[in-house]
Amino acid sequence: MLNAYFGDYITVAVFMAVGALLVAGAIFASSLIAPRRPGGFKEVVYESGIEPIGGGWNQSHIRYYVFALLFLIFDVEAIFMFPWAIRLDFFAEAGLGITVLVEMIVFVVVLVLGLLYALAKGVLRWE
Amino acid sequence: MTGVLLAAVKVAVAFGFLMGTVIVLVWAERRIVAFMQNRHGPNRAGPAGILQTAADGLKLFFKESMTPRKAEFALYIAAPVLAVVPALLVFAVIPVGAPITIGGVTYTLQVTDLDVGVLYVLAVSSLGVYAVTLAGWSSGSKYPLLGSVRAAAQMISYEAALGLALVPVIMFTGTTSLAEIVEAQGGTFGGGLPAWNLVLVPSFVIFLIAGFAETNRAPFDLVEAEQEIVGGYHTEYSGMRFAFFFLAEYINVFNMAALTTVFFLGGWHGPRFGPPAVEMALPVVWFLAKTWAIVFLFIWVRATLPRVRYDQLMAFGWKRLIPVSLVWIFLSMVAIGVRRFGLPWA
Repeated sequence: MLNAYFGDYITVAVFMAVGALLVAGAIFASSLIAPRRPGGFKEVVYESGIEPIGGGWNQSHIRYYVFALLFLIFDVEAIFMFPWAIRLDFFAEAGLGITVLVEMIVFVVVLVLGLLYALAKGVLRWE
Repeated sequence: MTGVLLAAVKVAVAFGFLMGTVIVLVWAERRIVAFMQNRHGPNRAGPAGILQTAADGLKLFFKESMTPRKAEFALYIAAPVLAVVPALLVFAVIPVGAPITIGGVTYTLQVTDLDVGVLYVLAVSSLGVYAVTLAGWSSGSKYPLLGSVRAAAQMISYEAALGLALVPVIMFTGTTSLAEIVEAQGGTFGGGLPAWNLVLVPSFVIFLIAGFAETNRAPFDLVEAEQEIVGGYHTEYSGMRFAFFFLAEYINVFNMAALTTVFFLGGWHGPRFGPPAVEMALPVVWFLAKTWAIVFLFIWVRATLPRVRYDQLMAFGWKRLIPVSLVWIFLSMVAIGVRRFGLPWA
């Protein structure tokens, strides 16, 4: 039944909405009760007690984007493996057990080669 | 209609349970670390200081929340909400006990059981990175920005290992529903050891280490390394806004311990005996006992190990943890293949 399937997700949505409302509500309620006297050095960002030097959005090293790319590869890989792992019994009954196993091993080996390539290129090094 | 009512009751109970857990958890951590460091820790508010967290929370509620002049206010105020919501959502699929039957109706002790539970957990817990990144960036301050960039790189690095560690578990149990994964761990291996997924030892170790890194706990707490980058991404937060980052962090610790219990320690399985009421309550007791044992491990590690250096953190994640989990997936594939289909030459 449609309802039973979506029911689970509707519960999740309700859970999310209640959580967000509670947190936002508590922050709002606190802002009504708590004292509020802005101005002066309160609004200056904290830099260990000295007056901040330069802007807030300083440049950070671009090398971090490599991790985003690598993460994408390995996380998507894991997601490919989950449905495969669930259907293992199904394939075994169809007499394809060894075949799918070898196929997945080839898939993993290709990804290991990818990691080795990244290693050889030196993107996983820090100075 | 009863379904809606039941869902509402479950949501309410889950919220109450989590808030209570965090109050005890923060106190327990402070007390345990204190005893390990030969001091007393908070022992004034309530019996043995157990109300300390509630007192701190109340104090933060009445404190002024300061906003830096350069902050991007919309994102700055959204970040604490974005931190807490994913933490709550992960808890929604964790089964805290065996299904109980009252008056012929069976209730599951879990807010909702999704068929794609494992994928859901991985997906929702990744959303926590947004809160950290947005908080650091929108503060308009140097150290929070640095902290949030570090945090994002660390969390995505170890999340890959976290996901890979679960592949053998799913191969072993043949399901991604958390309730069914726990169900599959009932019984024993040949009458001796309980049939927990703990037999997948490398997966367990990888999951636990990646869990420490995901929750930004020592020895991977570079995100808030006080000596280098002040408080990390939440340096510019105060009052109730800061309290919610704190809350999210501790809910995440509890979630990670609960997930370790569900995936590897047999969830709520354990000896069941006694009159019906006791027999019905025992699974919850087992679940909580196992989860708190893992929580204790988290605290113990924090009190024991020094913080790793940043290059060590990244090198460990990419050059040790991920290759080891790939090799382990390969080995477990062969082992499970042989177990299911027999030796290829036989």
